[in-house]
Amino acid sequence: MLRTLQSKHLRLLPNYVILTLLLVFALGPLVVLVFNSLKSAAEIGRDPLGPPTQALWSNYLRAWEIGRFSVTTRNSLILVAGTVVGVLILGGMAAYSLARLHLKGGGIVMLYLLVATTLPIQLFLVPLFFLWRHLGLVDNLFGLIIIYVALNSPFAIFLLRSYMLHIPSDFEDAARVDGAGEWQVFTRVIVPLSWPGFLTVGLVVALSVWNEFLLALTFLTDEDHFTVVTSYYNFTTQFSRDWSLTSAAAVMMIFPIVVTFLLLQRRFVEGLTSGGLKM
Amino acid sequence: MRSQLQERTLGAEHIVGLGGSSWKRRKLVLPWLFVLPALGLNLVVTIGPAVGAIYYSFTDWSGVGKATFVGLDNYRQMLQSSSGFWSALAHNLLYMCFFLTVPMAMALLASSLLAPIRRGAMLYRMGLFLPYVLPSVVTAFIWQSLMDPDLGLGSLIARWTGFRGLAQPFLGQPHTALPAIAFVDNWHWWGFLMVLFLTAMQGIPTDLYETAKIEGASRWQEFWYVTLPGIRPTVAIMILMTSIWSFLVFDYIWILTQGGPAGASEVLATLVYKAAFQNFQAGYAAAIGLTMSLLAGVVIAIFVVLRWRGWEI
Repeated sequence: MLRTLQSKHLRLLPNYVILTLLLVFALGPLVVLVFNSLKSAAEIGRDPLGPPTQALWSNYLRAWEIGRFSVTTRNSLILVAGTVVGVLILGGMAAYSLARLHLKGGGIVMLYLLVATTLPIQLFLVPLFFLWRHLGLVDNLFGLIIIYVALNSPFAIFLLRSYMLHIPSDFEDAARVDGAGEWQVFTRVIVPLSWPGFLTVGLVVALSVWNEFLLALTFLTDEDHFTVVTSYYNFTTQFSRDWSLTSAAAVMMIFPIVVTFLLLQRRFVEGLTSGGLKM
Repeated sequence: MRSQLQERTLGAEHIVGLGGSSWKRRKLVLPWLFVLPALGLNLVVTIGPAVGAIYYSFTDWSGVGKATFVGLDNYRQMLQSSSGFWSALAHNLLYMCFFLTVPMAMALLASSLLAPIRRGAMLYRMGLFLPYVLPSVVTAFIWQSLMDPDLGLGSLIARWTGFRGLAQPFLGQPHTALPAIAFVDNWHWWGFLMVLFLTAMQGIPTDLYETAKIEGASRWQEFWYVTLPGIRPTVAIMILMTSIWSFLVFDYIWILTQGGPAGASEVLATLVYKAAFQNFQAGYAAAIGLTMSLLAGVVIAIFVVLRWRGWEI
């Protein structure tokens, strides 16, 4: 038995070696980023890749102030919260209809949603921008939330629908017999039973909105409305030479993402890879 | 297959006479009420403007004011060699070639190496996937720094080994700009592909591998004859999506080079952006945007035709 154990491990050794090299490729740059966020600009100039000799936490404070993180984080959070709430409600309702309410023409709706996800943004970006400007929705967080909800709904509908299809219909039937209206069936029976689906969709949409670049860049023009991502973009062009600042800002930006990701990995990966042919 | 409860309920409705016209109306209208908000919003944001784009592409609209019909002028302007359209298209196609090969190969390699591993599998899965959840601006900054000719990886290697080849300003040179961008985008993207393939591989029945082992298959043969066919649908979908997305790429190019130096990394999406928001040529931008969609449509059409011809994709 000892011999088979050894041979099995030996057989997988090259796997581990190559995978570890790939892991270094994937995570190494992030380690360097954290290192640089704790060095002074001068130290980075001397030693751009190694660990800091002394952790310069003040970089973070400076980056927070100069990058106006209190404003931009608030903006990003508003966008995320608004979009997630919108998508879960509108998408959830639509998914319920497609999964359970025997919608006449449901097949066509599904086909439309599928096609809608393959439409390139560049096709409708220009007229959409000028339409939004006409409606006074440019440079407006609410206006952008509407767009995000519209664009994220198809994915949410597909995912939520597949979750809802797996719920046995006895619960709804019991509720209906008890006299519940469809809205009550939806809110009191279906939503609680398919909460993993809602959580997964919420996470994927939240990540997508937090990281989003093109639309935020186009539709938010005033500094006070910038998201964390677009303000960082300006930040790096302005302070392109002060890597201690930009590294610290970058770490602050990705820290919540990484923490949430590590805590909820399975849901994220599941959500991103199942319907996630979107990001 | 109906539960007893359902049978009794349906029977009860019939007896109590709830099969009246208002119930029927409710049955037809209500589902649509649930669907309409999401559907309507999506239509207003995508289809409405998309149709508008088709119309505006035949006008000289600048984004404000009047739009005068100019027929095919925008398209003619686009197709001239001076417009930058053809070189941008070539760049998109190069991008496609890169993304159909490098990330795919890396993902297939890593997932097939990771599939048989138990110890530490989660660490590798999550670690290799992590770059995918980072925002493009941060990834771009990380690699801009690493690719710096004086302070980046290249100069470090030059100091250690004397080999100066990697200490070039990759993003600032015309012939290395696009590959450098593709490299950065790949760092972000390939982990997603890997996890996707890994998940697909976990669906392959293990007795297929056992049969292969009994027949004395080598590792490569195992991969080629069991693993790859087993995940074929997933690979096929990703080939399709990658091809479509190659015509639409924007973020990394815009953040890293904005299409420069001197158009060396220009792609269709950056052309659209510049035309619409820097040159006030909204009609022209719409024409390019429409062309991009048509190109994506061609890819889908090829896919559909191949499928119809019997290619098992």
